[in-house]
Amino acid sequence: MEKKRKEGVRSGKKKKIKLSVNGIGYELEIGDKPGEVDYGHTLAHTLRETLNLTGTKVACDHGACGCCTVLMDGKAVLSCMTLTVECDGKNITTIEGLKDNKTGALDPIQQAFIEHSAFQCGYCTPGIIMSAKALLMENPSPSKEEIKEALSGNFCRCISNYQAIDAVITASNRGR
Amino acid sequence: MGDGYRFVGKPIPRNDAGDIVTGKTKFLIDRKMVDMLYGKVKRSPYPHAIIKKVDKKKAFKLKGVKAVLTWEDVPDWKGGTPRYTRVLDRKVRFVGDAVALVAAETEEIAEEALDLIDVEYEILPAVFDMEEALKPDAPQLYEEFPGNIVTPGVPFFGPKSLKEVVMGDVEKGFAEADVITEGTFGYEGIPNPMPPEPPGAIALWEEPNKLTLWVSNQSPYMDKILLWHIMGRKVEIRTFGGPCGGSYGSKQMSWITQCHAALLSRATGRPVKLYMTKEEHLAAFVMRPASRMKARVGMKKDGTVTAIKGTWLIDTGYYSMTTQSQIAVGCGEVQIAVHCDNWDLRPVIVCTNRNASGIVRGFGGQELKCSLLPLISLAMEKLGLDPYEVLKKNFVKPGQGYFWRDGIWYVYRGIDYSKAMDEGAKAFGWKDKWKGWLIPTSINGTKRRGVGVGVHGNADIGEDASEAHVRLFRDGTAMLFSCLSEHGTGQTTNFLKMVAETLKLPLNRVSLSPPDSMVNPYEFGPAGSRGTYSIASAAIRAAEDALKRLFELGAQKLGVSPSDMDTEDGMLFSKHDPEKRIPWIAAMGPDRTVTGYGRFEPDYTLTNCMMTFVEVEVDVETGKVDLISVVNTSDAGKIVDPKGLEGQLNGCLGSAGIDTAIFEETVLDRRTGHILNANMIDYKWRTFSELPEIKNVILETPMESHRFHAVGIGEIATSPGPSAVLMAVSNALGTWIHEYPITPDKVLKALGKIKGGQKEKDRALELGGAR
Ligand code: FES
Ligand code: FES
Repeated sequence: MEKKRKEGVRSGKKKKIKLSVNGIGYELEIGDKPGEVDYGHTLAHTLRETLNLTGTKVACDHGACGCCTVLMDGKAVLSCMTLTVECDGKNITTIEGLKDNKTGALDPIQQAFIEHSAFQCGYCTPGIIMSAKALLMENPSPSKEEIKEALSGNFCRCISNYQAIDAVITASNRGR
Repeated sequence: MGDGYRFVGKPIPRNDAGDIVTGKTKFLIDRKMVDMLYGKVKRSPYPHAIIKKVDKKKAFKLKGVKAVLTWEDVPDWKGGTPRYTRVLDRKVRFVGDAVALVAAETEEIAEEALDLIDVEYEILPAVFDMEEALKPDAPQLYEEFPGNIVTPGVPFFGPKSLKEVVMGDVEKGFAEADVITEGTFGYEGIPNPMPPEPPGAIALWEEPNKLTLWVSNQSPYMDKILLWHIMGRKVEIRTFGGPCGGSYGSKQMSWITQCHAALLSRATGRPVKLYMTKEEHLAAFVMRPASRMKARVGMKKDGTVTAIKGTWLIDTGYYSMTTQSQIAVGCGEVQIAVHCDNWDLRPVIVCTNRNASGIVRGFGGQELKCSLLPLISLAMEKLGLDPYEVLKKNFVKPGQGYFWRDGIWYVYRGIDYSKAMDEGAKAFGWKDKWKGWLIPTSINGTKRRGVGVGVHGNADIGEDASEAHVRLFRDGTAMLFSCLSEHGTGQTTNFLKMVAETLKLPLNRVSLSPPDSMVNPYEFGPAGSRGTYSIASAAIRAAEDALKRLFELGAQKLGVSPSDMDTEDGMLFSKHDPEKRIPWIAAMGPDRTVTGYGRFEPDYTLTNCMMTFVEVEVDVETGKVDLISVVNTSDAGKIVDPKGLEGQLNGCLGSAGIDTAIFEETVLDRRTGHILNANMIDYKWRTFSELPEIKNVILETPMESHRFHAVGIGEIATSPGPSAVLMAVSNALGTWIHEYPITPDKVLKALGKIKGGQKEKDRALELGGAR
C-alpha cells in the first residue's frame, strides 16, 4: 500500500502506453489489473486479451511460426515477441484493420486469398496476409522467390503455401 | 462442362472465406465466457513414478486460485481402450503426465500456482523401446496389461474386430514364390501432426450432472458420446463445435483435456477454459504411433505376391485410445494396397513410458505402408521388377475383396484405379526417370537423384454412420442440420453445395445449423476420408426426403401427382405443364416447415486410392535429402471443390506426411523420457522457401457412391509419400535405408561415412538434437 502511494506521488498518476491500433488511439495504463498492460505482456496478448482483437493468432508464442504477425509502422513484426510497453507511440495494423474503413472493401490481398482458396483451416492466414501486406507495401511487384522469402517465417501446416503464393502474385498484379 | 451442376465442381469460394481472411473467424482459443476461469495442468517431470504426497496449501493461498485438484479429488473417470487410464491417476506414466489441475482468475495466476504445488514422487524404472518393453523383466505400466501388451480389438467395431491379417496358407504361398525376401523396416520418428491451434476446451458444469463443452475438432458430436462413457454414463453432455485451427485427426480425441476442464468447472461452478501451450501440445498431446515390421515376402516373377508373414510391433506410448482401431483399419488397408492370398501378419501393440500415440492422417495405414511397402520392394528388387507396375497390379480390383475392420469380408465394387496410376506416371515421367533398383536417376557431382513410388487406399470413405435433417422454410430457404465443425477441408461448404444442388436452390439460400449436439442428429464427423461419401449421403438423402414431402404438399395445391412435381429456385411446378407453378410458400402455407431425414449406413465396399511419385536429390557429402518433385494421382469420381482438393493434396507434405520421411520427428531422450524438441523451432517443419514442385492428377470416373458420384480422398494425401521417399533415397544412394526420417546422419551412415549405432545417437542427443 505504502509503496504504491509513493509511486503515485512520483509519477503523478499511473504510467500509460499510447498506441494506435487500426487507426484507433488507445491509452492503456500499466499495471496488473484487468484491462491494464503488465510489463510482461506481449503485443499479441494485449491485442487478443485486452483489446479483444482475436484476428491475430498465436500458435508457438515463441517467434517461430509467424501466426501472430502484425504491422508496426508499416513493417511486419511478430506480436508474440514484442512487449506492449515497447509499443508506445506506435501505429499497429492487425488483420482486422486491413479492410478499407470507409468503403468496407477488402484489401486486394484478402480478396485474392478468397479467390485462390489460399487457406484450409485458416489459423495461419491472418499472419500470412500481414506478412504479404508488409512485402507489397515495400515491394509492389515481388518475384515468386521474393514472395517465398518474405513468407518464409510463416508456418502453414495445412500446406496452403502454394495457393498463398499465387494469391500474393494475383494481388501484386492488380496493384500494378 | 455440361454436367448440369451449378455448384458441385465449380470453383466457388468457401462460405467462411470472408471471415477467415478478415480475422473474424472465432476459433475456440479466441472465445471467452462471462465469469470464465483459466485452467492449467501440473505435469510430471518423471517418466514413471508413484505420487506419494501432494501439498496444495501454498497454491491455494495464492490470490485468484479457485481450485487445485489431484487424483484424490476427482471421480474415477477412465479412458483408453479398454478403459484403464484414469483422468488423474496416482501413478504417472510419462514425462508430462497430469499430476494436478489448477483453475484461477487469470492464466498467469494459474501458471504461477503450478509451481507452488509440492509433489513427492517414488520414482519407478521406465522403458522407452518396444522390444525392451516386451522383455519379461521390463517395468510394467499397467497391471491390466501384463507384459506391456495392450489388449487387442475394438469393441466399437464389433465382436470380430480385426486384430491381424491371417488367411490362406503362407507355407504354400512361399512354396509357390520365385523369390523370398526378408527384412525389417521401422517408422519410429513419432512425428507430431502439429496443428497450429493447440488442443483445448471450455467446460461449464452445472450440478448435479450437466456438462456443456465447447470443443475444437472435426467431430463435435462424438465428444458427447465418448465422454458419456468415460464419465461413467452418468453425465448429461452437450457439445458445441466451431472453427478448428487444424486437427489432421489428432484433436478428434481431446478427451483428457476436455475432462480436465470439466473437473475444474465442476469444482468451481464457473466456466473453465483450458488450453495447452505449444510445448505441452508437442510434449504431452498425441503423436503418431511408432511402428516396426519384420516380415518375409514371397513373390512370383510377374509381381504376384504369394505370401506375407511377419510381426508388426506398434508402440502406442503410455496408453492407447485408438491404436487398436488404427491397427484394425491398417490391417484392412494392406489388403487393399497389396493383393495376396496368403497372409500371416501379426500386430502387437506395446505401451512404453512416453507420450501417447493417437489419431493422425493416414490412420494406421500410413504407419503400416511405411514398413510393408519397402518389405515388398525387397522382393521386387530381387526380381528386377518396376515398382510402379507391381503396385498397380496389386492394388485392389473390382471383384476382389478384403477383411475390413469389423473382421467381415467385403467384395470391392469400385473402379479399377490403374488408369489414374498410368496418368500419374505419365505426368511424373516415371518411365524416363526409373533406372532400376538402387540406381540413381542422375548424378551431378555430390548430388544424386532418385525416384520412388508409394500407394495407399482406404475403405473408410464409407465408414460409420451419419444422420442429417434438412429443413425447408416457406421463404424458399433451407437449413442442413448436421453436427459439423469446419476444420480446414472446406467440407462444410461442400455439403451445402450438394444440398443446394439437390434442392435446386441458390447456394446462399442454404445454411448450416450451429454445431450443437443438442439440435443435430448423430454424426461421426469427417474422420478419415468419409465426409464426401458418408456425411454427404446423409445430407443428400435428407434433402431428397424433404423435397418428397414438399412435392406432396405442392401436388395437392396444383392438382397434379407428386411424381409430376419439380422445383427450381424456390418455385414448385408441374413437369408436364410448367405453367402450373407456385412458390414454396404457397404449398407450405404460413405456418409450416418441412423436414427431411437422411441416414447413411456404413458401406465398406468402396475404397479411395492415392499413388504418389517423388523425386529426391541427396547430397552424398552433407547427407541432406531434398524433395524435388511430387506427383499425387487418383480418381475422385467427381471433384466437388477443385481448389479445396488442391489444397488438401498439397497437404501431403505437412501434418506428419511426406516430411516424416525426410526431417520431421519428435526427439525423445531415451534415458530420461524427455522430449527434446517440443517447440516449433526445434521441431522441424517445411517453410515457404523450400517447397518442392507438386502436381495433382485427379481423374473423374463416376463412382457408385451417391447422386454426385464422388468419394473423399483428402485425408490420405499424406500416406503414400513417406515410403516413396524411402525408395527414392535408397535408389539415389544405391543402398537400402531402413528407418525414417532419413536425416543426414542416416544417409552418411548408409554410405559408411560415419559410424552408426546407439553411441553415436546418444552423442547426437547430447549435442541437442538427433542431427
Ligand atoms: S505465435 Fe508469434 S511467432 Fe508463433
Ligand atoms: S491453413 Fe491451416 S495452417 Fe495454414
